[in-house]
Amino acid sequence: MTSASSSSQDDVLSKVRASLDRRYKRERRFRLYGAASAILGLAFVAILFASIFSNGYTAFWQTHVQLDIYFDPDIIDPDGQRDPQALSGANYTKLVRNAMAELFPGVSGRRDRRALNGLVSSGAAYELRRMVLEDPAVVGSKRTLWLAADDEVDMLMKGYIDRNVPQSSRRIKDNQIGWIDELVGQDRVRQQFNRGFFTSGDSREPELAGIGGATKGSMYMLIVTFLLSFPLGIAAAVYLEEFAPRNRWVDLIEVNINNLAAVPSIVFGLLGLAVFINFFGLPRSAPVVGGLVLTLMTLPTIIIASRAAITAVPPSVREAALGVGASHMQMVFHHVVPLAMPGMLTGAIIGMARALGESAPLLMIGMIAFIVEVPGTPFDPATALPVQVYLWADSPERAFVERTSAAIMVLLAFLLVMNAAAIWLRKKFERRW
Amino acid sequence: MQLTTLLLILAAMAVMSFMVGRQRAIGTAGGYRQIKTLHSLPKYYGYYAAIWCGIPGLILIAFWLAIADSVILDRVIESLPADLRNLPESQLSLVINDIKNIAVGQFASPDSRAELVVAADLYTALHSSARRILSGLVILLGMIGLGIAWLRLRPELRARNHVEGMVKLGLVLASTLAIFTTVGILASVLFEAVRFFQKVPVTDFLFGLTWSPQTALRADQVGSSGSFGAVPLFTGTLLISFIAMLVATPIGLMTAVYLSEYATRRVRTWVKPALEILAGVPTVVYGYFAALTVAPLLGDIGEFLGLEVASESALGAGLVMGIMIIPFVSSLSDDVINAVPQAMRDGSYALGATQSETIKKVVLPAALPGIVGSTLLAVSRAIGETMIVVMAAGLAANLTANPLQAVTTVTVQIVTLLVGDQEFDSAKTLAAFALGLVLFIVTLGLNVLALQIVRRYREQYE
Repeated sequence: MTSASSSSQDDVLSKVRASLDRRYKRERRFRLYGAASAILGLAFVAILFASIFSNGYTAFWQTHVQLDIYFDPDIIDPDGQRDPQALSGANYTKLVRNAMAELFPGVSGRRDRRALNGLVSSGAAYELRRMVLEDPAVVGSKRTLWLAADDEVDMLMKGYIDRNVPQSSRRIKDNQIGWIDELVGQDRVRQQFNRGFFTSGDSREPELAGIGGATKGSMYMLIVTFLLSFPLGIAAAVYLEEFAPRNRWVDLIEVNINNLAAVPSIVFGLLGLAVFINFFGLPRSAPVVGGLVLTLMTLPTIIIASRAAITAVPPSVREAALGVGASHMQMVFHHVVPLAMPGMLTGAIIGMARALGESAPLLMIGMIAFIVEVPGTPFDPATALPVQVYLWADSPERAFVERTSAAIMVLLAFLLVMNAAAIWLRKKFERRW
Repeated sequence: MQLTTLLLILAAMAVMSFMVGRQRAIGTAGGYRQIKTLHSLPKYYGYYAAIWCGIPGLILIAFWLAIADSVILDRVIESLPADLRNLPESQLSLVINDIKNIAVGQFASPDSRAELVVAADLYTALHSSARRILSGLVILLGMIGLGIAWLRLRPELRARNHVEGMVKLGLVLASTLAIFTTVGILASVLFEAVRFFQKVPVTDFLFGLTWSPQTALRADQVGSSGSFGAVPLFTGTLLISFIAMLVATPIGLMTAVYLSEYATRRVRTWVKPALEILAGVPTVVYGYFAALTVAPLLGDIGEFLGLEVASESALGAGLVMGIMIIPFVSSLSDDVINAVPQAMRDGSYALGATQSETIKKVVLPAALPGIVGSTLLAVSRAIGETMIVVMAAGLAANLTANPLQAVTTVTVQIVTLLVGDQEFDSAKTLAAFALGLVLFIVTLGLNVLALQIVRRYREQYE
């Protein structure tokens, strides 16, 4: 009996021992899978950022060409009146052409001349006009200026265009490359910081296109969103946490808030289109409408965060306030809300960051129009940063690829700052009761 | 008078009323020394007066904003000559648009009829006189309100209670906004969808196999009806979401298991926020990443393997969407795995199970409902995701299960149908709202289901 049981015990033991190795191996394998998937996730983060950065960092510099511009009075101001109207309507492109012709006197023939003039951006003429209008005294003088080069020249200088490809399959031709090399030899080509990228609006010409208009549109939208959603969110949270009775009506509100937080953003766009634009007749493409839509979208986030912040305020604070004779309303607004404010602000900033990155609902309300001017008020047509990314991503020019990536980098930088601010706020004001 | 000016004047009047009310309260009490005879603090009497002064005017302005334009338009339409007035609805709206444009001075097209210019003048005149009347009324109402408050102010007036009552009303209104939003979404989507279903039968929409929403400009043109069978869109959406879940679920789940069961504290504090970055990246960035980096890469790989991969393949969009959803799955799963009581793990270890055996046979089965719930939430995210598919998936409605081909999704079609200028009541635009309705119902259903599952599971262990 004993021997039988001990033999069966031995049997079990040997079985267990035999299987242990296998089991440990399985254990290690499982653990490896876990680590591998975590690393894979991190790798995706790295790849995403690396691909954006490597494509985009060059857009912050722009190729410029040095030209000796003679502000010929015969061209700009034939009457000699310095009349601003005449000055602003003059043919500045001709000044650029003359300067180019002076540099390359050997180029003749219509087609070659056009190719030569194509090396300088069409924006150079606007730059000259701006100079003249600012200071009419330059008329008649000769200045050495750095003017923006065409986007294809820019791409060539940044090494994105392969010179060994046959001429027919690239947009910049052999003779143009020859001229550029000559200019480089004369030290007339350089890269300088691309300020226009941050200040100007959209353009069909990549070298003139900037994110200034989109940034301002986004800013207006976020201001509208914040001004509406923050007070409304706090008010709703205060009511639900402090005053609401437990009944079906309040349950309905809560279910609604939780569900709205998970409704696809494009559905909010449909709401904005049908209600704000078609029913109330608000202007299409206006940041104010975008702000309204984003308000409805971020409200649930802010309400949920604010409620959490309010519940974190300990009952002792409330009871003390009530104990010294404050009314319920005074207790809430003098004590609970100020103490919960950091948490509410954190929630609001995170909500704003989400709103900043949102683009699908904005497509619905017409914020994807091609808009050159930087908007002056929230009622002007505008676009938003993420929508600008979407618009540029569709453009065929090679130069827009780097601009799109650069715009994404700016967008991500904004988001990073906002999230960092939220984390800082939480760390700084977090109180354990 | 501009509306902003009016609002500023109203605000100034309210501030003035506040001061008047406060002074009046102190006065009726008999000076500062007698303040204790007042029921509330003097400032509450100020607020009381300000509310009486400002709120009626605000309500009036809101009311005016809501109805003025349509009332004025009715009057303008009445003034139009009979042949214009009796136009069918859709053409009449074009005429009204013309009138509005002329009134704003945008483009008075040379061929616009003289009647329209007259109507536009009438429109502007009516608007400006209406605004003048409104301004007068608002200011008058403010004065009357202040007068009433003045007459009512007595030391025994329970000013604080009145003011707090108004504040509470404001709080209630703010909290009902969520309901209004839901109602607004439902109403706007449902209303247009019903109009769509009057043109296209519901069954054709839900079960039709071809989607080509091109409608002709003239009624006699070939193929003028367009076909609105949404099945290819549904299958396309499901295909891309399925690929996304195939990427996100294993990686997200294993990451959550690793982080909550194996990783040291230090690793967790660094890796978790780093992964959350993926959740914070705007979706348009993923779309760009998919179109610029992933799609060409897949094309090259496909060429290498001798497969034909469409440049806007479902695989590319699905892969990138999966990456986007990883942190979503992992953080939700992390929560449910952490909610499994430690005693269950300890029991399993005591029986001699290894850690992985414990996870596979005890922790994961216990957490399964929660994991299923979070996966469902992720699926609803994937179905509603727009920008990635708009940028990386195709427009052609192919009815296929081949991930290497281009498919289109519900959200892509909503965007393509609604972006750009077109008349608002064509079947083409209305179809977008019908798709929106389907999207809303499906995602709502998934969310409700997921929350139900998660909640039931939570009750078990608490």
